[in-house]
Amino acid sequence: MTDTRPLLLEVEDLKTYFYLDEGVVRAVDGVSFTIRRGQTVGVVGESGCGKSITARSIMQIVRPPGRIVSGSIRFHRAPPSNGNPGEVIEITKLDPMGKPMRMIRGGEISMVFQEPMTSLSPVHTVGDQIMEAIMLHQSVSKEEARRLAIHMFSKVGMQQPARTVDRYPHQLSGGMRQRAMIAMALSCTPSLLIADEPTTALDVTTEAQILQLMRDLQRELGMAIMFITHNLGVVAQMTEVVMVMYMGRIVETATVDDLFYAPKHPYTRLLLKAIPKLGSKAMGTATRLESIKGTVPHPYAIPRGCPFHPRCGDMIPGVCDAVEPPVVNVSDTQTVRCHLYQSAPSRDVIPLTPQSAAKVEH
Amino acid sequence: MLQYIVRRVVLMIPTLFVISLISFAIIQLPPGDFLSSYVAQLRAEGDAIDAAQLAALEEQYGLNQPVYVQYWKWISGILLRGDLGRSFEWGKPVSELIWDRIGITMLISLLTILLSWAIAIPAGVYAATHQYSIPDYLMSFISFLGLGTPSFMVALVALWVGLAFFGVNISGLFSEQYIDAPWSVGKVLDMLSRIWLPVVVLAIDNTASIIRTLRANLLDELNKPYVETARAKGVRETVLIWKYPVRVALNPFFSTVGWTLAALVSGETLVSVVLSYQTSGPLLLRALTSQDMYLAGSFILLLSTLTVIGTLISDILLAWVDPRIRLEE
Ligand SMILES: Nc1ncnc2c1ncn2[C@@H]1O[C@H](COP(=O)(O)OP(=O)(O)OP(=O)(O)O)[C@@H](O)[C@H]1O
Ligand SMILES: [Mg+2]
Repeated sequence: MTDTRPLLLEVEDLKTYFYLDEGVVRAVDGVSFTIRRGQTVGVVGESGCGKSITARSIMQIVRPPGRIVSGSIRFHRAPPSNGNPGEVIEITKLDPMGKPMRMIRGGEISMVFQEPMTSLSPVHTVGDQIMEAIMLHQSVSKEEARRLAIHMFSKVGMQQPARTVDRYPHQLSGGMRQRAMIAMALSCTPSLLIADEPTTALDVTTEAQILQLMRDLQRELGMAIMFITHNLGVVAQMTEVVMVMYMGRIVETATVDDLFYAPKHPYTRLLLKAIPKLGSKAMGTATRLESIKGTVPHPYAIPRGCPFHPRCGDMIPGVCDAVEPPVVNVSDTQTVRCHLYQSAPSRDVIPLTPQSAAKVEH
Repeated sequence: MLQYIVRRVVLMIPTLFVISLISFAIIQLPPGDFLSSYVAQLRAEGDAIDAAQLAALEEQYGLNQPVYVQYWKWISGILLRGDLGRSFEWGKPVSELIWDRIGITMLISLLTILLSWAIAIPAGVYAATHQYSIPDYLMSFISFLGLGTPSFMVALVALWVGLAFFGVNISGLFSEQYIDAPWSVGKVLDMLSRIWLPVVVLAIDNTASIIRTLRANLLDELNKPYVETARAKGVRETVLIWKYPVRVALNPFFSTVGWTLAALVSGETLVSVVLSYQTSGPLLLRALTSQDMYLAGSFILLLSTLTVIGTLISDILLAWVDPRIRLEE
């Protein structure tokens, strides 16, 4: 069964590097994926694997010394409909500071960041900051923008929205600030919301509320969500499709069921083993992906062959440390970048569970 | 906000009281009292002294009474009548000598602050947003040079350049014809045509240090997540820089206007001596060396008071621009 929803974002062989005095950091090194309209895609991986830089590349807000080196990011602004071919924008071709890009940023693709404490300006009211976003992307008067901001605030479950818009960030709790951030990000009804670890800094109860809120808003507004997280528990709750990143590459893409019940890449399996008990709600934010043996190699010195081979239990000498693994399609919806699956996809591997039939349930 | 201002003003009162005690102590420092020096001075000039006049003065300053009565008479005279005492050296009431000069000092300081902000803020913002560019390096170099060179040296060099290359004497705040003339439109214009020199000389230091600090503050702020949030909203880069990080990076400057004022007043003394200006600095210096204590004490009292007021103004400014301070419970 294939997904028939129209495409929203196609990223192809994206490379974003940082040029430092010490050398080149290949933060994103050949990433390809697609997001469909209304789809929720999870991105997981250890700290520093390039999740945030991938997100910032899509927004074109990577700052020097980093820049997008190559690849393409196609944004389907309008879906094709009866004879109309739709409108596709090549984001990497746009000037990052130019008007067309700025109109997409915040208008059609918006972002919620990890740190609700510092992601809002301390010297402007939250209302002022939301109204700015609204007035940038919609031609409305100041009064109308204020009304819309209050409306958005009540939508994200802010108490006393009409009073809260005049508050400064330091007068709100962390959860409230993150609600304000979400209100801001959704104020112009974007078709893609990138959430970069939106709940990592929050306590477990607040996290659950924010996740619930995001699900409700997605049902109501229908935007796609790219959900970046460390927390596999959150992945299980929130996403349909998951991309696992390692050292700037996507090593596995799978539906959430396949990811948990039929993981292919040795790295994905290690990630899953690091979780104490699958599916239990109490995993909370404590489940960090830190308990995998060995450490991520230095970003200036990416190992030859498969970057994961020094830490891999299934490493094939002479192959994994010499040849870059190709991307292997193990099913319609699951790809893995690993030598183990190259010739005989099902031999050395845990047999596929019937779960793959149930994968598009979400 | 109003509550905040009231609280700050009330807190100012003890500070001002201590300042007045110190100023009073300075007046009392030299051996003997003011009246005996005055009498000695008059005698030396061969004037006769009226015993009744002497008694009246004694009464006015409470000279035969305990110190706290003397202090009370002195301070109430200042507060109620603006009577700052007499300068023996000049043979005039201090108040006649002092206000012009303090006014000019304040004018120079204010112009210096405005000039240095007008140059330093755009320069600092440029340097921070174009880090490691050639103009950034150039500005760093110039500001270190500016910080490293004492202002009075710059003043001397300016004097020398004026004389050697243009044949004009640019020392003095007024041209010959206006020095002793009463205030008039002509005198004001004359002063304005000359005041730029001390302002520029003093502004060099101040500008250099503001550029350094602003650049460092702004580099910190530019990496804060709220800047990225604004960028992710699609705000134009220039608007974004000035609206968010610059706003935050400037806050410390509002809080130091008071100190800047004090630093400028003391820096101004040296420059003014070099340029032979009739501002408060040289007069205070001279009053101290010649033990003209009423004059010296009054200067210290007034300049310290102005600094305290300056600090108050900067605190209010800071509270006004930074809600985190204004709304603190
Ligand atoms: N400004 C920068 N200068 C140099 N290197 C950078 C910069 N920003 C990111 N990187 C590098 O890019 C790589 C990917 O960073 P990224 O922020 O995308 O990681 P992440 O997966 O989001 O990690 P985390 O889970 O900790 O947020 C890291 O190795 C990091 O060292
Ligand atoms: Mg990140």
